[in-house]
Amino acid sequence: MSSSTPKSAYWEGFRAGAPFVLVVAPFAILFGVVATEAGLTVAETLAFSVAVIAGAAQFTAVQLMTENAPTAIVLASALAVNLRMAMYSASLTPWIGSAPLWQRAFAAYFLVDQPYACSVLRYETGPPMTPAQRMAFFFGVVTPVCPTWYLFTWVGAVVGSRIPPEWALDFVVPIAFLALVMPMLRTAAHVIAAAVAIVMALLSAGLPYNLGLLVGGIAGMMAGARVELWARSQRRRT
Amino acid sequence: MSLADMDRGTLWLVILGLALGSFALRFAFLGVIGNRPLPEWVLRHLRYTAVAVLPALVAPLVLWPGATGGETDPARLAAAFATIAVGYFTRNVLAAIGAGAATLWALLYLLG
Repeated sequence: MSSSTPKSAYWEGFRAGAPFVLVVAPFAILFGVVATEAGLTVAETLAFSVAVIAGAAQFTAVQLMTENAPTAIVLASALAVNLRMAMYSASLTPWIGSAPLWQRAFAAYFLVDQPYACSVLRYETGPPMTPAQRMAFFFGVVTPVCPTWYLFTWVGAVVGSRIPPEWALDFVVPIAFLALVMPMLRTAAHVIAAAVAIVMALLSAGLPYNLGLLVGGIAGMMAGARVELWARSQRRRT
Repeated sequence: MSLADMDRGTLWLVILGLALGSFALRFAFLGVIGNRPLPEWVLRHLRYTAVAVLPALVAPLVLWPGATGGETDPARLAAAFATIAVGYFTRNVLAAIGAGAATLWALLYLLG
């Protein structure tokens, strides 16, 4: 990959992110429809998507506000849903942490599920990249994904009409996440990490403030790290 | 309550609070730690972030979808398994999404 430049890495990222327009657009429309039906104006709905860019947290906040929850509870619950972003931030640090601070600040603002997952998948499984190429790839993925989130939130807010529930747009997001994870399951440690995370998340699904996600995520990470250590000691013995 | 009747100051407090809080979460490690080397045991855990957090996020949505009021739905369950199977064997993200979406809509239509 000696001919590879940050520019070509950017377009490689762009191509990796482009298909997720089909996933992000329906979800954004759904938020636009739900928020305006709950009583927000078009401008307020759009402000939500531009300021927060986190679908699940935005849905949580709107839902709790319609239930008249205290502001502190609205903020705490929606941020708890977003706690996974801190784990993404930690996970990307070894890959793009050497970039200039202003680039890292922009990357942090755009650090949402699809760019994170696409980038980690590329860094871990593709040919090696320089730090500048990694950053360019990340922003390449962001370019089609995040503007789509803004634009189609606006479309949903303006169109406002109810999307037939039979379309099951709610399930577009789980399908996309599962599809992103599968190629990452390269070793037994990865598979066990995922399995433990699923079991623990389901067992702790009743916890308040979406804490089950954190319990599952942390348990899965610990299981993966354990299995990796164990596998390494086995190799050393043989 | 309709949010049209909500106090606008409170609403903007929620939007701004969420924006700042989300950015702080995303910037926490990337901004503060940056280039400093992380200990090996931390890196070892971070390698499993994506494969742990994303399935933990999705599992309850697959078994107890909000759209059906938390009732397990055969079409959504089958769509999830189709996505997993195609994704595992092809290692192709788009093929997996296509298989999941096709299964979901075909079953929703057939089971209607």
